[in-house]
Amino acid sequence: MITLGLDIGSVAAKGVLLAPNDKWQVVVPTGWSPRDAGQQIIAELTRSASLERLQIDAIVATGYGRISVPDANKSITEITCHAKGLTSLLPEVRTIIDIGGQDSKVIKLNESGRVIDFAMNDKCAAGTGRFLQVMAQVLGMDVSDLADAEDPSETVSINSMCTVFAESEIIGHLAQGMSRGGLIAGLHQSVAKRVAGMAARVGVVGPVAFTGGVAKNTGIRRALEEELKAPLLTPEECQFTGALGAALLARNL
Amino acid sequence: MKTFHDLRDKSLQELLDGRKQGLRVVGTYCAYCPKELILAAGAVPVSLCGTREEPIPAAEEELPRNLCPMIKSSYGFAITDTCPYFALSELIVAETTCDGKKKMFELMDKKKPVHVMQLPNVQDSEAALKMWAGEIQRLRLRLEEQLQVTITDEAIWEAIRLVNEERQALKAVHDLNQGNPPLLPGLNLLTASWTVKFASDQREVIRLANQLVAEKRAQAPQAKSGKPRVLLTGCPVGIGSEKVVRLLDELGADMVAMENCSGYKTLDIVASEEHKDPIMALAEKYLKIPCSCMSPNPHRLELLKSMLHDFQVDAVIDLTWQACHTYNIEAYDVERLVKAASLPFLHLESDYSTSDIESLKVRIEALLEMTDK
Repeated sequence: MITLGLDIGSVAAKGVLLAPNDKWQVVVPTGWSPRDAGQQIIAELTRSASLERLQIDAIVATGYGRISVPDANKSITEITCHAKGLTSLLPEVRTIIDIGGQDSKVIKLNESGRVIDFAMNDKCAAGTGRFLQVMAQVLGMDVSDLADAEDPSETVSINSMCTVFAESEIIGHLAQGMSRGGLIAGLHQSVAKRVAGMAARVGVVGPVAFTGGVAKNTGIRRALEEELKAPLLTPEECQFTGALGAALLARNL
Repeated sequence: MKTFHDLRDKSLQELLDGRKQGLRVVGTYCAYCPKELILAAGAVPVSLCGTREEPIPAAEEELPRNLCPMIKSSYGFAITDTCPYFALSELIVAETTCDGKKKMFELMDKKKPVHVMQLPNVQDSEAALKMWAGEIQRLRLRLEEQLQVTITDEAIWEAIRLVNEERQALKAVHDLNQGNPPLLPGLNLLTASWTVKFASDQREVIRLANQLVAEKRAQAPQAKSGKPRVLLTGCPVGIGSEKVVRLLDELGADMVAMENCSGYKTLDIVASEEHKDPIMALAEKYLKIPCSCMSPNPHRLELLKSMLHDFQVDAVIDLTWQACHTYNIEAYDVERLVKAASLPFLHLESDYSTSDIESLKVRIEALLEMTDK
């Protein structure tokens, strides 16, 4: 059976094509049209695998754009897809922390990998990739360079939860001559505190996995490990767990 | 069901016509209002509880934004004069349930006379019961004065019997969903429980309810429903604030029960007809309502526990309107109760706007996926 999983996030759209003994994956910027992003992924994956569209038996879409993909046979939430994808890679994991572009979520699993509880950030960018993106802009950097530029020894606490107020706070600190590295460490700490607070509501049980685009940021990982007082496991392709889960769930269709 | 859909408009017309012939209307905001007294005074009680978004911006010119949407909507309807039932009401009966409401009523009193009943916050105390009985007696005197009538004990007993019968008839409507398949889709259940609050005639409510139950039972399909059965608890929901009920329907769930005060919460609480004093019968009845304004509020948890069983519930959604501290805090206990029953639980905090539909949707969808149905 050949299946395809699409995870259309707010920033990046991810796709995984699964054949019995083979796997292809691709990530593209979602841009303004989640529908086009989905179709682009299907086209790219079928090309890399030298398959025809009709050879794909089932497609499952997830992520905020999951309902915009006309080709999908079914849409399943990112909660269920992330749980499925992650446990296929790290079966022992009991808590997943996923930080994406506009959502951060904590998913709790039982021994058999079933979702038993979850929490997501409220209608606010605090504790998400978007928060980091806005702050990176204020600091004149690319979001992917934040981790290398942080200086945890000079951490400046950022107290504002609101992205707009945090931006003003950063500008104030910069005006006072605070170090950029210390501010970045403070931003990482701010995201970590926010997400750790959410995780505490669900109750963190180890082993804990950290996924989503933001999991590529080693500064956040450091800060989050400090907050949770637990090591974080991250599969190599931490951005693709949702799409992988979708492709695996498509096998049941 | 159509009769229930039409009930609100039909009642409004009857009230408008009746008003010309001297019919008196008294507005209420809450399940704690002993409507038997209003009926015994020969007047019609109507619910004014705001369930729509539209008047909220107007209310926010006078009330803080960070207040529960139900209070803002209720107040907004009053000051913009856009609710025909508010316009018809010559007196408003209110209760000191939560801080937001009681302070709002102080402002509302400047627009129209509001009689505020001081509701105690404990249920199992003699002093509280005595005080509450005193408040019910005080309402009786206020109604007599306002409406220029005498409210006899016999008239109150008659109203008690009528309202008891109405509660039982409405409970039977809700109980249509105990079996599988549930006989009343979530949106219809909501419509039925919401429109009856505007009825000009309680006997008509009983008649419609009995008729609906008979019809639904007679036409009950054999095939079971494979959809997840969801119970909704928390703050009240009405037409205009039904987004969670609507999403459950769209996402393929059966909302089988509503524990909130717009639903089942008050339905099996009837006044004892054995009492000597009808005021005491009413005091006991109304103090039993398990609202989160009571401290502690163990009967809500008991009711929920039995509903999880009776309605064969697969998952629970606890909906808190923004800034409703009492329900928001009780969500902790509700979550523990539901999880102890090994059922998926979702606590939502929202308002009447549609701005968070997508984020509600993903949470509700994930909850339904957890039920494996």
